[in-house]
Amino acid sequence: MENKKSNASYFIAQLPKNIFSGFVVSLIALPLGLGLALASEAPPISGVIASIAGGIVVSIFGGSKITVTGPGNGLVVVLLGAITTLANGDLYQGYIFTLAAIICSGALMILIGQLRLGILSDFFPSSAIQGMLAAIGISIFAKQVHVMLANTRIKGDTISLLKDIPDTVLLLFKPEYSAAIVAAIVGILSLLIMFFYGKIRNKYFQLVPAPMWIVLLAIGLSYYYEFFSTEQYPIGKDLLVQIPDNVFLSFPRPDFSLVFDAKFIGAVIAITLISSIESLLSIKAVDKLDPLKRRSNVNKDLTALGIASIVSGFLGGLNVVTVIARSSVNVNNGGSNRSSNFFHSVFLILFVVLFQDQLKRIPLTALAAILVYTGYKLAAPRNLKDVAKIGKEQLIIFSATIIATITTNLITGILIGILTAIIIHFILNKSMMFFVRSLFKPNVLMFKEGGNGTYFISVKNFSSFLNFSKLKKRLDTIPENQDAVIDFSLCDFVDYTVQESLLGYQETFTRKGGSFEITGLDIHGASSEHPLAIRSLIPFSRKIKLGSKTGLTKRQQDLKGIANDFARNYNPKKDTDISGLNDFVFFKIKKITYLSNSIFDPKAVFKISDVEFSEGEFIARTLVRTTVLTIKLKSDVPKFTLDREGLLEFVYKFSGFKDITVEDHPDFSKRFFLLGEYPEKIKSFFTDELVLFFESNPYYHIESNGHSLLLMRRERLASIKEIKALLDFGTRLEKVISDIQYDEILLKSPKIKT
Amino acid sequence: MRMVDFFDSKMIIVHVGEKTKEKKDTIKKLISGFSEDDEKVKIIWKQGDPVEVIIKTAKKNNADLIMLGAIPRENFLKFYIGSIARKITRSAHCSVLLLIKPSEDLRPCNHIVVNGLKDEKTKQTILDSFEVGQNLGAQKLTIVEEISRQEVKVVVEDDQSLLKDTLIKEQLAKEEDLRVQHILGDVPEDLKKGILIKSQSIFGKRGYSIGHYAKVVAADLLIMNAPPRTTFLDRIFPHDLEHILSELPTDVLIMR
Repeated sequence: MENKKSNASYFIAQLPKNIFSGFVVSLIALPLGLGLALASEAPPISGVIASIAGGIVVSIFGGSKITVTGPGNGLVVVLLGAITTLANGDLYQGYIFTLAAIICSGALMILIGQLRLGILSDFFPSSAIQGMLAAIGISIFAKQVHVMLANTRIKGDTISLLKDIPDTVLLLFKPEYSAAIVAAIVGILSLLIMFFYGKIRNKYFQLVPAPMWIVLLAIGLSYYYEFFSTEQYPIGKDLLVQIPDNVFLSFPRPDFSLVFDAKFIGAVIAITLISSIESLLSIKAVDKLDPLKRRSNVNKDLTALGIASIVSGFLGGLNVVTVIARSSVNVNNGGSNRSSNFFHSVFLILFVVLFQDQLKRIPLTALAAILVYTGYKLAAPRNLKDVAKIGKEQLIIFSATIIATITTNLITGILIGILTAIIIHFILNKSMMFFVRSLFKPNVLMFKEGGNGTYFISVKNFSSFLNFSKLKKRLDTIPENQDAVIDFSLCDFVDYTVQESLLGYQETFTRKGGSFEITGLDIHGASSEHPLAIRSLIPFSRKIKLGSKTGLTKRQQDLKGIANDFARNYNPKKDTDISGLNDFVFFKIKKITYLSNSIFDPKAVFKISDVEFSEGEFIARTLVRTTVLTIKLKSDVPKFTLDREGLLEFVYKFSGFKDITVEDHPDFSKRFFLLGEYPEKIKSFFTDELVLFFESNPYYHIESNGHSLLLMRRERLASIKEIKALLDFGTRLEKVISDIQYDEILLKSPKIKT
Repeated sequence: MRMVDFFDSKMIIVHVGEKTKEKKDTIKKLISGFSEDDEKVKIIWKQGDPVEVIIKTAKKNNADLIMLGAIPRENFLKFYIGSIARKITRSAHCSVLLLIKPSEDLRPCNHIVVNGLKDEKTKQTILDSFEVGQNLGAQKLTIVEEISRQEVKVVVEDDQSLLKDTLIKEQLAKEEDLRVQHILGDVPEDLKKGILIKSQSIFGKRGYSIGHYAKVVAADLLIMNAPPRTTFLDRIFPHDLEHILSELPTDVLIMR
């Protein structure tokens, strides 16, 4: 009860902030809603209806906290296609049919949410999704450029629309179109506002979002002509937003007569697919912005979006998705719970009721300019460059998806993208059977390590978008404030989609106070120098040899960072010079293959490196990789091995030796195994300071070969966090040991010398 | 062969195929390095279907263990038809030891992984494992409890369900641990001597993850319960042992 009360009071305390951010969001939602609906050739008000329905329904039933819902960019292309083709060109009839399709897709979304299929989007390679978004951007851009330049009558597919842009520009200079020139200027000015809005750093100017500035200025212009100028408002009625006089009284009636038509079903599937993908991507992205670091319930959200789409469809609105731009504005303005989404709808209703007359003064060209900007953002050449950096194969997937989407339709486009990705993976691995064989087999192991409770995840065979959901299911069950280590050393092939998602996990874990480390990728060959490039144990081509010339992985980059921080040198290359390690008893019966990822200081006193070794020669055992720290000591010390009492894995090689008891420290002797050839020497070496140091610090396996020390934690690669701890421990240990005047002790007690 | 010395038992080598002078010499040479005692080794030469012959011989001689060499990864076709090793594993009456890459040198068997499934056979398996461990001079024995997602019964969707999931998992891990500790209590002290006992809960598909675990910790021997008889359907929908048999992570001993 107490809890509920405090929740309620907290909610009320947060309310003003949420009302304000809801207001700011509604300022953007209004022009965007109008614009997106216009771009879909639907009545402008339908976009606003979608925002209102979305805001109210999703804020009640949804599973995420700070997302804003409404009509989405991605849907424009699908809805435009549906509206223009379902009734063979009759726009109003097509709109009525599309409303029915929206309602059906809403039902489908509810189904997806209830069946918990929110993971569906994990099966798409991220380059294909990026390609699809870029294609949507191009389509929006191609169409809206014409509208922005006051040519609303143009029709055709994306490619012919792009070709026609120069014609539309020339058209403006013909005398019979002089009436449209003012509208075109308004459009171009609006576009400039969109582009330069971010560059103007003024507190009061930034208070109103750019789309609203455009709307305000456009409306202001029309009032100027009405009150101050003798001339007629130069923008014709056909270039202004048309809103029915009684918006909330007469709703269009959705027409379900085409339900079993193939075209209709296609539209329903396309709407559902695109809206789920767009929503899921947005939710994922917005979760990373949440200042309170909450995790959204994706399936609950999809259900709520489905309900909202049905409501919106019956009211004559477009379908409802989670939108990233408006959601991030919401976060930036202090939105902290679902009420901001609710209030954004309330403000929209107020706008439509109070300012109906003003809305009718907005020129289409201004709205089109907002969309041109949105389209440009989606398809910006920068995205292409980013993809190309990751690797040529990603560029192929990306371009294949764009071309296929533009020339055919969205569903074919994304399918071709997936197919290209699969074929490229086959070619890269030079084997199809490899994938077929391991696709349906489980490949993920997760367990909680004893002692420090780190979650350890190991992945076998291959890891790509095809089987990422298996890995994801495991990862999702790890509380983000814990430490997790994911090991790919048994995995032959890891693709970009997986690595990108893992990077996302890494961010989330860091934000919530845990850590998430990826190990075992350093030995893989990569397709480019990008940290997220596809990695495979199978060499890509003769030019790229395994381990050489490839870019650094995230872990290697982090290691490099540590090395820089501590003024150390870093060498990621494999080093077969292992002379320093062979002296240690631990490696005596082990064959060390190579060292890599070494961090060492200029004098080479401290050296941390990953070691790969096999247990004994001839026996082809599983290779073991581990991270060790070696410290060269200034003076000689006795040979010994110190280990946690009971950790026998390191100790069995000493079966001949007995645990040495250090006098006066029964607790130390109880907790540690101390072994060595000359017990007397060792006993005198373990002074009070040293014993105290070991007792008060975390456990490591420590070994001395007379002149240097070997430190390690466990038989696997250490994560970045663990390496830092190891380095710190080593540095302090070295200090303690160098303080011990071992030579003096020897001199003082001649008894031992013999 | 070394195994014979370790367990102080008799060995019967079954060779299926034509008996030739050449083959005889090879085997003789192989054996000669170990035991002088001819009593311990018996070679049987037979012809016919290897699976049938080996199983029949084992039954006739009342063998306790069948040892087989096996390939670590079977190919697609073999997976569905089943190699000799798999067939024997399925139908043998006694325990089966599958060796991958058998070596001629003495190799220490340091780390043994044993399954700790909730099964009536598990107790016997664990007891036997300690005996095996003692005989092989193992240093460490890990009992693995697999916790599958079905047992957790929570789908993680948001923070609340995540918390629930974590709690249930912890509880399950504790329960499993208690169960294993209970079994361990029944193990005679002298069998436990010199062996470090660890228990580990892992989350994953039953039967699969223990194999993966054995590989990750580089175990030398994996000891499993014998499965109930399997049908062809089980091979289409692999479960429990099938995953391990198809991708032998290390030497596997199946207790019966």
